[in-house]
Amino acid sequence: MTTDVQLSSLYQHLILDHYRKPRNKGELQEATADVHMRNPTCGDEIRLQLQVEDGVISDVRFQGEGCSISQAAASMMTALVKGAPVADALGIASRFTAMMHGDPEAAGDRTLKDLRALAGVARFPVRVKCALLGFDALQEAVKQAAGPDTGT
Amino acid sequence: MGNPDRVDALASTAISSPASGQVANPRPDPVPPLDPVPPLDVERLRKDFPALHQEVNGHPLVYLDNAATSQKPVQVLDAIRGYYEADNANVHRGIHELSRRATEAYEGARQRVARFLGVEDPAEVIWTRGTTEGINLVAASWGSANLGPGDEILLSDMEHHSNLVPWQLIARRTGAALRFLDVTDQGTLRLEQVDEILAGGRVRLAALTQVSNALGTLNPIREIADRVHAAGALLLVDGAQGAAHAPVDVHALGADFYAFSGHKLCGPTGIGVLWGRRELLEAMPPYMGGGEMISLVERDMSTWAPLPHTFEAGTPNIAGAIGMAAAVDYLEGVGPAAILAHEQSLVAYALAQLRELPGIRLFGPEEASDRAGVVSFLLGDAHPHDISTILDAEGVAIRAGHHCTQLLMRRYGVAATARASFYLYNTREEVDRLVRSLETVRTLFA
Ligand SMILES: Cc1ncc(COP(=O)(O)O)c(C=O)c1O
Repeated sequence: MTTDVQLSSLYQHLILDHYRKPRNKGELQEATADVHMRNPTCGDEIRLQLQVEDGVISDVRFQGEGCSISQAAASMMTALVKGAPVADALGIASRFTAMMHGDPEAAGDRTLKDLRALAGVARFPVRVKCALLGFDALQEAVKQAAGPDTGT
Repeated sequence: MGNPDRVDALASTAISSPASGQVANPRPDPVPPLDPVPPLDVERLRKDFPALHQEVNGHPLVYLDNAATSQKPVQVLDAIRGYYEADNANVHRGIHELSRRATEAYEGARQRVARFLGVEDPAEVIWTRGTTEGINLVAASWGSANLGPGDEILLSDMEHHSNLVPWQLIARRTGAALRFLDVTDQGTLRLEQVDEILAGGRVRLAALTQVSNALGTLNPIREIADRVHAAGALLLVDGAQGAAHAPVDVHALGADFYAFSGHKLCGPTGIGVLWGRRELLEAMPPYMGGGEMISLVERDMSTWAPLPHTFEAGTPNIAGAIGMAAAVDYLEGVGPAAILAHEQSLVAYALAQLRELPGIRLFGPEEASDRAGVVSFLLGDAHPHDISTILDAEGVAIRAGHHCTQLLMRRYGVAATARASFYLYNTREEVDRLVRSLETVRTLFA
């Protein structure tokens, strides 16, 4: 059952702030990876670009269209992975995914920073995919940045 | 004939005074009843729909997603259950008693739906899985036999993907081209383009929706049909919303093909009907091959069973057909004209309140009498998905998204809208609940 408290935790200030003033929104002229992801059921879209140098995400930009959850999550994600080693970024992705699936330990992980504001999304199962869209794009982009599969 | 000034006239009326939009308007089709219809006894009707009586997230359910699918009355549920409990057998195959009864119920259902459509010959009524399959059937079968390079199919920007993608597929296969009627700011078809496009002499078929699922617009199908026929082309009507929300008589509409779904008109999912004029259907090649649709089978070739079986390969959805017949029985018992009038009074009631909400953007015709029970809107910078989540938390079910009409969304420069859609069992109190929940949206997105 959804309560008003859960609703206001879903739409708290920090989330609406990222929705209205997204961080790292725009386009990179040069990018190691350029990924376009779309949620066909709801139409949410994200284009994510990464510049990866020596295993570090030196720059990141996203563009997108969609609900406050998908766009805020993408904005928070970019703020966190910018300047981070790829391995750390993937670690954030997996902890955030765990949080979306209701893992209380992940929800308490301070390294998730602003993303923790999204913990309430776990109570809205149909919206979890919105929150994960940016991270799906991140994982795809990291693969792309790593170059073609060497077949090992 | 189309009045080219109409759009501008409407637009300027809208700016000066939304309430006085009585300009020379081509009558939406089907013609709203001239005699006032008695109001529905909604409280009594609601008792027939078990799914309406539940709590969602601690609030009594307000179901306003009827354009997606309707709830089902006990009369329909009982018909399906009764068939499975007493008469279940395959049709047209057995000599035994149950098979006889199942066949009788199945063919009886066909006759029932034929009457619902104003059709005399039940063999023109073909069971499908729904509107989508009916349109695909015509596109693939009629299209492969009748379309070639240089030919055109006339569609519009308000078509559901079901009445767009099948034509894209057959156009690619045959070399035919697609032409589109624009949609005005008021959510109506730009009728003057009908003549312009038909004047090219290349249109073989027009495929248009009777009622827009995204805007509610009632299209002047009869008027378009006359022009299409004068140009020697055919008209397929997408009746997915029309059959559910407006009185239907396929001959009065001027349709050559009419496709609709059971689930939108209080019937079960997985069943629908394609109606077509006999001489057109008889000239069309089969769509799918298999049992039921053959007459004589040899190693290399077979001959086809007569209509309607030519287009009904395989064991059909017998229970679905029986449920759909029970649904049209139910609707006719209530009265399609009265249902439309009820929906329009809810739309008028809703629009009056929604127009007062700061930040609201409404889509579709100004006047409730120009639409069926659909209200599409945006509110401030709240994304429709967010609106829908907030409403759901208060027990109000609406639809958010592109409504399978991406061309229309693009036309209005939006990715999605929120849509409330009404049916015979909805009430003014439910509209009030919708508006109150939209106040919650405004508070949360303040
Ligand atoms: C106007 C319109 N056309 C076609 C369809 C497709 O109907 P179905 O999904 O039942 O085949 C729908 C409903 O989804 C509709 O609203």
